[in-house]
Amino acid sequence: MSDLAKNSGTDLKKDAATTGTTDAAATTGTTDAPEAVAATKAPVDTGAAPVPAVDPRLLVRQEGLKGYWTEFKRKIRGGELGSLPVIVGLIIIAVVFQAQNDKFLSASSLTNIAVFTSGLGIMAVGIVFVLLLGEIDLSVGSVAGMGAAVWAVLNVSNGWGDWTSVLVAILCGLVIGALHGFFFAKIGVPAFVVTLAGFLGWSGLQIWLMGNEGSINAPTGGVVENLTGYFFEDKAAAYGLAVVAILAYAGSLLLDTKRRKAAALPARPLSEILLRTGVVAVLVLAAAYVLNELEGSRGLPLALVLFLAVLVIADFVARRTTFGRQVFAVGGNAEAARRAGISVDRIRITVFAISGMLAAFGGLFIASLSGGATKNLGSGNTLMLVIAAAVIGGTSLFGGRGKVWSALLGMLVLQSIQQGLNLLGMASEIQFMITGAVLLAAVVIDSVSRRTQKTAGRA
Amino acid sequence: MIHVSATPVLALRGVSKRFGAVQALTDVHLEIHAGEVVALVGDNGAGKSTLVKTISGVHPIDDGVIEWEGRPVRVNRPHDAQDLGVATVYQDLALCDNLDVVANLFLGNELRHGSVLDEIAMEKRAKELLDTLSIRIPSVRIPVAALSGGQRQVVAIARALVGDPKVVILDEPTAALGVEQTAQVLDLVERLRERGHAVILISHNMADVQAVADRVAVLRLGRNNGVFNVSDTSHEVIIAAITGATDNAVTRRKARITTDSTVTKGDAK
Ligand SMILES: Nc1ncnc2c1ncn2[C@@H]1O[C@H](COP(=O)(O)OP(=O)(O)O)[C@@H](O)[C@H]1O
Ligand SMILES: [Mg+2]
Repeated sequence: MSDLAKNSGTDLKKDAATTGTTDAAATTGTTDAPEAVAATKAPVDTGAAPVPAVDPRLLVRQEGLKGYWTEFKRKIRGGELGSLPVIVGLIIIAVVFQAQNDKFLSASSLTNIAVFTSGLGIMAVGIVFVLLLGEIDLSVGSVAGMGAAVWAVLNVSNGWGDWTSVLVAILCGLVIGALHGFFFAKIGVPAFVVTLAGFLGWSGLQIWLMGNEGSINAPTGGVVENLTGYFFEDKAAAYGLAVVAILAYAGSLLLDTKRRKAAALPARPLSEILLRTGVVAVLVLAAAYVLNELEGSRGLPLALVLFLAVLVIADFVARRTTFGRQVFAVGGNAEAARRAGISVDRIRITVFAISGMLAAFGGLFIASLSGGATKNLGSGNTLMLVIAAAVIGGTSLFGGRGKVWSALLGMLVLQSIQQGLNLLGMASEIQFMITGAVLLAAVVIDSVSRRTQKTAGRA
Repeated sequence: MIHVSATPVLALRGVSKRFGAVQALTDVHLEIHAGEVVALVGDNGAGKSTLVKTISGVHPIDDGVIEWEGRPVRVNRPHDAQDLGVATVYQDLALCDNLDVVANLFLGNELRHGSVLDEIAMEKRAKELLDTLSIRIPSVRIPVAALSGGQRQVVAIARALVGDPKVVILDEPTAALGVEQTAQVLDLVERLRERGHAVILISHNMADVQAVADRVAVLRLGRNNGVFNVSDTSHEVIIAAITGATDNAVTRRKARITTDSTVTKGDAK
């Protein structure tokens, strides 16, 4: 959306010049239209360019809300679905389960969803990076188990400090991931096979580490118990965080617009900034309200704060740094990336290391939720849920396309379904079947929208 | 005539490259001076693209020496060539379809503060660059996948100009371009020469070669087959060198007549 939005100034002029038709939405109504024109006049006036490089056939958005609507319809037809199917899905899930059981939208149920989403969501962030590369990591469940086992053995059995053992566990995940990356990048073993070997090997090591004990309980009041057990009960926490998020979001949009105008580049119109900020504000404040005010609310869960922190950092790394750019490049065309001087091996190893690190971190959340480390922590459907979340959230399996935030959206979908089915007392075999069907639906949407995008010249 | 410095900016001395059973390059010599356009010509499969890739570090050489401004250098990966100041437009373009035009232009060469991308500076510079090439592109923020073949090719060419390269290599840059864009690219080649860059231009179009090149190096079956000054060499001589007939048109005609007669004799039997 933003690509075209940045052009909106140029087409305003072009519209009037080439087609001659006067679209009401294009010429009147919005207060910021003059600014947009002013912003785009500059390059034409000052630039020494012989011909302005704008193709008159380009489809561009008109100013105002009508422009949004036409662009939205065009994108849907072109297969650029973005987050739409997920958001529609979440609404359907909420309506259906609430109709079946009115506890679904209660404080405890929603808090459960938030907390369960966090740990597995952090693991899904790692998977998003791997999928962006066009690869897969099948070992995340076992690495999570390993991480939890390492922490439990160090912290509980050997009496190491809380923080030290947590850090060592996360570091273990990082090293394991880097090892997978090494075999994949340097030796050339397909990532699928390396991580499948890891899947078996690390869960073996996990069981061996746990030794004779079937499970090691998390000490009460310890760091790991608090990961999912601690809530900021002060209402100021949730509301404060919401306000900070809204201000930061609006601020970054405004700053970007200001810089673009200063550089005489087409910028987002004020109406779009207001609209986007409005949508974000409603969502964030609604979440804060639910966490604070509903009957039986416990406040803002620490787990959610940590997950959001991971999301924000990972999103920044993916979209704003050279490293992120290189990940997308390698996922899109590894040979082109190599020829551009990018060290493809280094990127691959780093991405698998990130995946391992976040898997181990997520493992500590799972340990926290289940009261401690166990021999089979991270087995079962953990791996499936994590990969499914990334894909359901809209990250392509085909590499080079996706968003870090899809980890949040996808995991919300899966955890809402699980929570709903639990409330209905559905057996786990039914849950498996339903989750499988949701994953299949997501992959179908991915494949079909990719094909539509190809015919629409966007892939 | 353009002033040409004494030491070549880039020289290949006895370069060989082998792919499994295929000896793609055998003992190839080539010199390029600053402010000079050297055309590299040869039949399909002659090894032109392979030669380009050895210079740009995609395929490290097996034998021989690459000299940069008189010093022998090792070019083992694309990064090495970029550090020296070699920019290459590959025949297959080597673009990332999922990234937008700006991201492709600056790939591996991003403008940044620390390790944070400076998107605005890159977009601005991209627009200037594309304007100087008179490129019509719907938006610099659409994925390269959405561009036509010609537009993609121009993006790939623009990409070679992002840094300030000393040697620019263009592997069949005009293959997918229309008349106007081809003229733009040829103009660009001349401008690069005026600014003192060295240019290696690969093309099958003899008219283009004669319009902009100072010298023509011919490759045939992975070996040198002559270097000619464009100003005092006829079309036919170059074609003869490409096709492998001996080095002038008369012998080539003779050769053709004799083969023709043997063929007719064969038919008569
Ligand atoms: N990566 C490769 N692996 C194996 N053989 C190759 C490779 N690249 C080129 N070749 C071979 O090298 C020879 C020269 O090819 P190339 O340099 O592409 O020719 P051209 O002059 O048409 O650009 C051909 O016989 C080709 O099959
Ligand atoms: Mg070639």
